[in-house]
Amino acid sequence: MARAHGAAAAAEVSAGAPAPAARAGGGAAGLALLGPALLTMAIFAVALGSLLQLSFREFIPGSLRTGGLTVRNFQAVLAPQYLRYIADTIVLSALTTVLTLLAAYPVAYTLARTRSARVRSLLLVLTLAPFFTGAIVRTYAWMLVLGSSFVRWPVKLLFEPQGVLIGLVHFSMPTMILILAAAISHIDATYERAAASLGARPWRVFWRVTLPLSVPGIVSGTLVVFAWTFSAFPTPELLGGGRVKMIANVVKDLALDAFNWPGSAAFAVVALTVTFALLALTARALGRTAP
Amino acid sequence: MILRLVVLGLVAFMTLPTAVVVVASFNPTAILAFPPEGLSLRWYENALTYPQFRRAAVNSLVVTTVAAALALPVGTAAALALVRYPPRAPGLWTALLLSPLVVPGVAAGLGFLILAAGLGLLTSRVVLVVAHVVLVLPFVIRSVMVSVANLDPALERAAASLGARPWRVFRRVTLPLLRPGLFAAALFAVIVSVNEFVVSLFVSTRVTEILPVAMFTYVVNYTDPTMAALSTLFIAATFVAVFAADRVLHLARVFQIGDHH
Repeated sequence: MARAHGAAAAAEVSAGAPAPAARAGGGAAGLALLGPALLTMAIFAVALGSLLQLSFREFIPGSLRTGGLTVRNFQAVLAPQYLRYIADTIVLSALTTVLTLLAAYPVAYTLARTRSARVRSLLLVLTLAPFFTGAIVRTYAWMLVLGSSFVRWPVKLLFEPQGVLIGLVHFSMPTMILILAAAISHIDATYERAAASLGARPWRVFWRVTLPLSVPGIVSGTLVVFAWTFSAFPTPELLGGGRVKMIANVVKDLALDAFNWPGSAAFAVVALTVTFALLALTARALGRTAP
Repeated sequence: MILRLVVLGLVAFMTLPTAVVVVASFNPTAILAFPPEGLSLRWYENALTYPQFRRAAVNSLVVTTVAAALALPVGTAAALALVRYPPRAPGLWTALLLSPLVVPGVAAGLGFLILAAGLGLLTSRVVLVVAHVVLVLPFVIRSVMVSVANLDPALERAAASLGARPWRVFRRVTLPLLRPGLFAAALFAVIVSVNEFVVSLFVSTRVTEILPVAMFTYVVNYTDPTMAALSTLFIAATFVAVFAADRVLHLARVFQIGDHH
């Protein structure tokens, strides 16, 4: 779950990695130290390679064996019965991103600008705790809240798109808060003080100085949350109850229930491609806006 | 003032589900009611004695311990290499090693499942452990890299110039100075592995499944508050871990939040 934030932070680490005195080009010692990690990554690459390979194989119903090469699995992704899920995935991801941005900004702003170390510490722990609680516990908690035993909701929420949306926003908030708070913290507060001393009211200072300067954080937060929600699994699986499905739920249904691994692989490859495209875009956007 | 109220409301939204789970876990009856008609610990007893949870807890312990024990040295070595002996295009290597962070869980899970089937390891724990090492490694590398970057090489040179051999320099100087990074790495590794769900769902069986997978199956099939009790235990453990981490690591600094100027 902490993945998405890590992705954003990954860009930072690689960009800011200092190159100390050691010879460039690595050398034998560097390679020996990197070896085990590269071997681990090689296994991962083989797993993803077999996924890609299988997505181009013909599905033989009732068997895990596959037939010859075909693009039919990808045609199925665009077939009417599945296209609906892709459309739902895009709409839910877009709505989640916008709502998360709106909900996360005030918390991130407070986290970055509060003068009280205690408030910052408390907010940070409250932000991070769900981040570390794990997907199942958090999603189960929302099943209880959205179900009708505790609160009599005027409209049905559990197993409806609205309920899934609430769960997704809650799930994405810590990531968005951390990315935005880091971005706002990097804004030199003297700009804000200068604007204020020239007579701008607090709201105007925020609107004309803080907000525009936090755009890099907004861009990366938006892309990371969208990419991440696009392949969300536990939230739609449990809060959607089979009635609301996103692309990852289709991957699971096809792989673990229908045993159609090639078909499932095609959906997984689509999810993978979209995620990578968006994150590549994030890296480029950050590269351009960074000072 | 308005900002304060808004933030308060948003924090309530973030913590509301946790509170509801804790309240539900003490509910005396199988059907939830609010306000609860009394307090009961029966669901805790249920959660702690349910055979599949016990089996899954043992699996979690084994998988997390082995995965963390493998990922820690492998990741530390990689972090040292990336900072001290930067290869050509270090950014590219770092991106490669951190890539598991951005691969969607279902894609990684299905990939490992296909790999396991190809190797005839569908019922074995090997692929599950390997998958956990892959997923945990980026967190280890990232935590240790920060520590290595902050380490002054002059201290190691001083030890070497006083006659310490490379291994001794590493044991007596490098390793102790990296301790905060290693602690963070171990903490992240355990937290990520213990909570890993999506990939584990694909590559485990009823016999090898870890706790989050067993919890998922339970939630799909039963509605009583046993799951709330187990969740409360998870939440309590997480809060303790995050508070401890904040004390030791000063998380605001880790996430680059607050004043730098």
